[in-house]
Amino acid sequence: MNKLDRKDILGLQDMTQSEIQLILDTAISMKEILNRPVKKVPTLRGKTVCTLFYEPSTRTRTSFEVAAKTLSADVSSIAAATSAIVKGESFKDTLLTLQAMGVDLFIIRHQSGGAPHFAARTVKSHVINAGDGMHEHPTQGLLDMLTMLEEKGRLDGLVVTVVGDILHSRVARSNLWGLTKMGATVRLAGPKTLLPPEVDKLPVEVYSNIDEAIEGADIVNVLRIQLERMNSGFFPSVREYAKLFGINKERLRRAKPDVTLMHPGPMNRGVEITPDVADGEFSVITDQVTNGVAVRMALLYLLLGGGSNVGTA
Amino acid sequence: MWVLLKGGHVIDPAQGIDKAADVLIRDGRIAEIGKIDVQSLNSDPGEVYDIAGKVVTPGLIDVHVHLREPGEEHKETIATGAAAAAAGGFTSILAMPNTKTAPDNRAVVEYVLSQGKRTPINVLACCAMTKGMEGKEMAELGDMFDAGAVAVSDDGYPVQNALVMRRVMEYASMLGIPALVHCEDKHLSADGIMNEGITSTIVGLRGIPAAAEVSMVERNIMLGELTGCHVHIQHVSCAGSVDAMRRAKARGLKVTCETCPQYFTLTDEALVDYDTNTKVNPPLRTSADVEAVKAGLADGTIDIIATDHAPHSAEDKEVEMTIASFGMVGLETALPLVITKLVNEGTLTLSQAIEKLTIAPAKLLGLNAGTLTEGAPADITILDPGAEVIVDSSSFKSMGRNTPFNGWKLKGAVAATIVGGTFAYGQLSPVGEKCEVLSR
Repeated sequence: MNKLDRKDILGLQDMTQSEIQLILDTAISMKEILNRPVKKVPTLRGKTVCTLFYEPSTRTRTSFEVAAKTLSADVSSIAAATSAIVKGESFKDTLLTLQAMGVDLFIIRHQSGGAPHFAARTVKSHVINAGDGMHEHPTQGLLDMLTMLEEKGRLDGLVVTVVGDILHSRVARSNLWGLTKMGATVRLAGPKTLLPPEVDKLPVEVYSNIDEAIEGADIVNVLRIQLERMNSGFFPSVREYAKLFGINKERLRRAKPDVTLMHPGPMNRGVEITPDVADGEFSVITDQVTNGVAVRMALLYLLLGGGSNVGTA
Repeated sequence: MWVLLKGGHVIDPAQGIDKAADVLIRDGRIAEIGKIDVQSLNSDPGEVYDIAGKVVTPGLIDVHVHLREPGEEHKETIATGAAAAAAGGFTSILAMPNTKTAPDNRAVVEYVLSQGKRTPINVLACCAMTKGMEGKEMAELGDMFDAGAVAVSDDGYPVQNALVMRRVMEYASMLGIPALVHCEDKHLSADGIMNEGITSTIVGLRGIPAAAEVSMVERNIMLGELTGCHVHIQHVSCAGSVDAMRRAKARGLKVTCETCPQYFTLTDEALVDYDTNTKVNPPLRTSADVEAVKAGLADGTIDIIATDHAPHSAEDKEVEMTIASFGMVGLETALPLVITKLVNEGTLTLSQAIEKLTIAPAKLLGLNAGTLTEGAPADITILDPGAEVIVDSSSFKSMGRNTPFNGWKLKGAVAATIVGGTFAYGQLSPVGEKCEVLSR
């Protein structure tokens, strides 16, 4: 298997173990390109990629842009705030307009779950989900898995604890689908108000006691707490959240001695994670960012790439 | 002038009739049911229709229809909604008040009724409970009742304030009309767009817990008991509401309720493909809720089957899930869904199903309809329960195409719809006897 037999990447839930393996293997090859002095290969020359973001983003969007440019694709970037969307153009019309300009692949971030699915039905171009509402963020899930694989040499059998606002988190959902398919055990932990309804019906372990959730974990993946959630009454105060659920040095001692600490960013230092832990010996947060580019290169290559073998190019 | 429907099978639950019989209509009213000899009718001109193999029922009545006029005529008009109703076998429909300009005053009620009179079916008006449907100040219910409104409802904009609801129910009770309530605690449903549960967790759409419905069902039952008002719970979607209704009825309270075909046909798993036509309010629930709704229909807890026909334009539905409008059309798919999902799968007999579509809604609204009693208006639906129907939304009479059932193969076709003795829908042609009779 050296090509993905699918038009779109909408989530990890509907992906097979061998597809995920292919993407991770391809990403490892791509990472080699990123370590070269001249970070450019001609693989996707003549292909047009469009990032269409209805939500603010720094790292995901830049990561996709760097990935596409490294593979020599042409990239246009559209942010809702500065586009015809503010003039009232519908999502459908925006997609059809851009498709008519010859966009081969859309990278879509949207506040509505299912928006990339809508796009995939609407256009003939490929669609990659760059985060849809509370649904999935498959490229984040893949880059997290790549990072874990690099750190631990395997995914099978790992115990991965995801901590924080699970309810609103597309990262948590992509983590759980991807990791469980690859044989890892996933623990989800957070205050009861921020755990999704009937989450215990998913193939995961659910905790509201953070210390129990971390006990013996190989990986602790800390999610960002959006401060506006406090204003909506999901938790009483930042102070109390940090006390009950924040990841600090002492808490992390309950994990395996060689625990790996991850965070999808952007971080609220002092809230969900203390600065000494974020910058400490177990943290691989910056490696995650680099792996994000590699994973996105892999997906662009697998969806758009022809026969050329970039792995050894 | 007479019309003879010959050779059909008559089902009239109100009279306990379920047998092969002919139906004679004279001057727009039911004249006789039984074995009728054409030769005995030769004194004046008339028409004979051979309907062997078909079922004759009282005209279907839908107590929950959104006609969008006045204000949103790009979605539906009273004329197109009535045409859709006739095609679906409905002879009377109750227009919900959440139009843009709501019937919160006499003029709008009169407008709806006058537009309705231009259609071939009976269009009934339901007035808003509060001014502007804002849930704050009671609207002029007495004046609107005087103008012809047969019920009052907060559908679409449920009244949250219990004191306001109490006052409305006291007025409705005084006027002798039912309060049709949309039960939803808006604080609890918040910005949810589908049933809250494992499926909403997986697809990442905000959930509406069943408790948002059930808590308001319980509240409204209590307010009905307090005020003596006939409370009718609209679109029951979940097990908790069925249970609340069952307990209220066991206590002898004056309560009725309806459900809609989507709530005994689909579950929230229909939303996994992000089809906005499955976004309805109340939301599609779980398979356990579907089973509870069916059990409620079977044991009589649920009195009525209505459609909650909610037409929307493509611009309202061909969008992201979070901003898509709630609702699906239902008038032209209700009967085949009832026959396929309830009758053929054994939940109800055809007669029980027809009861929930005819005499039960007629009783709720105090209509002289829903039965084929001698002297009643000849509102009749002729069905072909065994005929296969393939749902084709592009051929709907409704302007709304928003159905998740497009392409479904169902059983149960409407052969003709007769209102006041006149065909409102149908392709039946009179048999030769007509000419023979007319020539005499």
